[in-house]
Amino acid sequence: MFLHDIGIIPGRNDSGEAGRGRSQLTNLSRRGFVTGSGLFVLGVTLAGCSTYVEPEVDADAFDLPEAGPSPLTEVKGGDATPTLWIELEKEGKVKITCHRSEMGQQVWTSMAQIVADELDANWDDVAIVQAEGHERYGDQNTDGSRSVRYNFHRLRVAGAAMKYMLIEAAALYWKLEPSQCSASEGLVSNDQNSDTLSYGNLAELAGKLQIPAEGDITLKEPDEWTLINKEIPSLTIPKLVKGEGTFGIDVDRPGMVYAVVARPPQVFGRTGSVDDSAALEVPGVLQTVRLPDATPPAVFNALGGVAVVAEDTWAAIQGRNALDITWRDGPNASYNSESYGEELKATARRSGAVRRSRGDVSSALGSATTRIEAEYYAPHLAHSPMEPPAATAEWDGDTLTCWACVQDPQATRNTLADVLGVDKENITVNATWLGGAFGRKSKPDFVIEAALIAREVGKPVKVTWTREDEIRHGFYHSVSAQYMEAGLDEDGNCSAYLHRTAFPPIASTFVPGLATPTDGEMGLGATDVPFATPNLQVESRDAKGHLRIGWLRSVSNIYHAFAVQSFAAEMAHAAGRDQKDYLLELIGPDRQIDPGKEGAIYSNYDASIEEYPIETARLKNVVNLVADMADWGRNLPEGSGLGIAVHRSFLSYIATVIEVSVSDDGALTIPGIWLACDAGTVINPRHVRAQLEGGTIYGLSNALYGEITARDGAVVQDNFPSWRVMRMEEAPRAFEVQIVPSNAPPAGVGEPGTPPAAPALANAIFNATGQRIRNLPIIGAQGSRLTLPQDDNA
Amino acid sequence: MAVTLTINGETKSVDAAPGTPLLWVLRDHLKMTGTKFGCGVAQCGACTVHVDGAPTRSCITPHDSLDGSEIKTIEGVDGRAADAIREAWVENQVPQCGYCQAGQIMSASALLAENPSPTDADIDNAMSGNLCRCATYMSIRRAIKDAATKI
Ligand code: FES
Ligand code: FES
Repeated sequence: MFLHDIGIIPGRNDSGEAGRGRSQLTNLSRRGFVTGSGLFVLGVTLAGCSTYVEPEVDADAFDLPEAGPSPLTEVKGGDATPTLWIELEKEGKVKITCHRSEMGQQVWTSMAQIVADELDANWDDVAIVQAEGHERYGDQNTDGSRSVRYNFHRLRVAGAAMKYMLIEAAALYWKLEPSQCSASEGLVSNDQNSDTLSYGNLAELAGKLQIPAEGDITLKEPDEWTLINKEIPSLTIPKLVKGEGTFGIDVDRPGMVYAVVARPPQVFGRTGSVDDSAALEVPGVLQTVRLPDATPPAVFNALGGVAVVAEDTWAAIQGRNALDITWRDGPNASYNSESYGEELKATARRSGAVRRSRGDVSSALGSATTRIEAEYYAPHLAHSPMEPPAATAEWDGDTLTCWACVQDPQATRNTLADVLGVDKENITVNATWLGGAFGRKSKPDFVIEAALIAREVGKPVKVTWTREDEIRHGFYHSVSAQYMEAGLDEDGNCSAYLHRTAFPPIASTFVPGLATPTDGEMGLGATDVPFATPNLQVESRDAKGHLRIGWLRSVSNIYHAFAVQSFAAEMAHAAGRDQKDYLLELIGPDRQIDPGKEGAIYSNYDASIEEYPIETARLKNVVNLVADMADWGRNLPEGSGLGIAVHRSFLSYIATVIEVSVSDDGALTIPGIWLACDAGTVINPRHVRAQLEGGTIYGLSNALYGEITARDGAVVQDNFPSWRVMRMEEAPRAFEVQIVPSNAPPAGVGEPGTPPAAPALANAIFNATGQRIRNLPIIGAQGSRLTLPQDDNA
Repeated sequence: MAVTLTINGETKSVDAAPGTPLLWVLRDHLKMTGTKFGCGVAQCGACTVHVDGAPTRSCITPHDSLDGSEIKTIEGVDGRAADAIREAWVENQVPQCGYCQAGQIMSASALLAENPSPTDADIDNAMSGNLCRCATYMSIRRAIKDAATKI
């Protein structure tokens, strides 16, 4: 079948206002007619010698009973009412609403693939509408690697329900049974004679029909998918390569002015005296605005300080440089990360609260043939997305509209309502594209700033964070210290395993003084440890937070996987065994693990443990796969080594092998990385590979160089390169990703690449040099090479 | 005092404070936001444009030093190298969030215009000033090599 556009015929869409609005589909499809060109393109099919001209479907010619309410508001995952997600324009465009934030994970493309596949839309007709922040969409918090997992089912239902109604409409028009019609690539066909009607043409009539119940819909079998699990090209990339698309920092409003903020160096530091006379003399500076001091808890609130408002961003920055401000100390003035780190390590050495327990660890340790112990330390990290936070706010009386690169437009709206004392109904939050986020842009403090400043100024205001702002005033990944101890029997097998972890919890940002690691954080790589050893104990120690602690790509999995997977290799070494073989033995027989049965309060990434069990067979499978990919066990030149790590996070199973090569003077290169991933059903293998590559390099970059330190409560680092990020020449020469084919429910992919990266690297360095890495970062911002162990013969 | 700039072949008159970097003139005055801000101190490459064909960090280049220069930005860069790079970028699905990619494309197209068959070391050299926090480095390397085969 071959479809041509043959011409443009004026539509009749301006008539018959009465009778509209009977169902949401009508409303929304009508909206398409109104906003569209008002012109209807007819198609012609050339089949054999006959020419078929598609007739225009006149919805008003059908007298239909009033449609009832949507029966799809509460399917698994939330509201699947098709009109919430899909708008069909008469001209053919299929507008799909994406309620998750696009930050490079290609969520526009994956959400559209899911909807369009079940809808059987023509992919070339698909366009994305970015949703504003609103409860009607359900969860919009684009973190936790769960956009696909949360929405896979309901978006399929939405697409399928829309298709069901289009087929029904065509059947009505042709006076056939729906079973005598079929849909494909944006057309419904009459199976009797292969006449077709396009979706756009049918939309208005379909909109008058009853939305089907879930039981009436048949979802496709995986082998029927045309878009899901296919390497569909990204919908954003063609725009990006031309410099098109709007990031938070790109927003422009008529009459807009530009602001930067001088913030107190310490969290809860206060603004003392302010002399802005020099700032106001900077050409282009319009005014300054003093923001209220921040008070505990930090939550998502603004940090206080003084804003400089100007005619352009540069003038605002120059004005800020010219401010003379006396900052007053707050409750975190004595925070020095170096001494804090030493205390934290000492804390982790002392026994703590038991969070999971099996057998009797202390007696098993006592009777072990060999005992080994190790301490691991990992510092605070900054997110440093390439686009720093930026937000634009515009007031119209009591009504506020914001545009910002936010991961959670609903939380943004709620926080704005709270802080500003404005009714939520009067606040609109538009999510722009995000130039990277990694958890930073889940926290809308920068939007609050924009709204506060714009209210003072009386004009639209864009607040831009400079890189210095982003690095000095983040919601940092938590500093951590961990103590590990193991007992091995005479055969070298692990008979006892003790993991004690200490870190200031994220909850300290929300509840003043809260210092106990939460169950959620403990379940990110500590209490969900998959080892089969008969005696196992996981403990936590309290630690106070002195910076704003936040979640950063894969969160506590970063330090937990670093310790657990490094220690697994340390056990292997103590037992005189191969890292990979020993790892497989530690994981033990095929089984499902429920940490809840051993005293853990385990949330399993908010998924049911029945639907998403912890399956050791899948863990071992990715270990074996990646070992094959990397040719594990091959001979390597002097100074080279392979290291392996495996970790389940965000319900996905990832194993990584890293090859390092270390020169005599400690210069480190990474010739290759291999990664095997079992994420259940994947929507777009190509984009999944990109996420796993990106997640791995993010982990390596942090492990090699990343460290945020604080002196007298203030963050020391300020810009690249004192905050260092991996560059092109440091990237691996080869990076191979294999995705395990699976019809298991979809799991996360944005974060799970990160946790195994650091331990695989550390284990590789050990195999290359004999040097065991227990403190991160490995090289640091200023360093250029590894410090190698002293050679006894030197 | 108004300064006249030639950007993507068009003449633009700009009235910004003396010394204002080209980056902010492009973004805030001319509303050409394809060129990005990443660091402001020539450390990340997000702001890369071409000045007379040479990749240039617009965040540290005063706009009033560019009188008489030919400026190209992501919105207007053209020619065989730039076309091949854009095509290879789409073909290899290089960008993730895309924020660094205007700078990457400007650096890569300048490299290719100068050196149509770059080695790995040439690529490292030309691209090491362009950070990508999403870590698209491996795809960038592949795409530059692909583009090189097409010009
Ligand atoms: S913004 Fe110019 S190099 Fe970073
Ligand atoms: S693609 Fe996101 S920073 Fe490079």
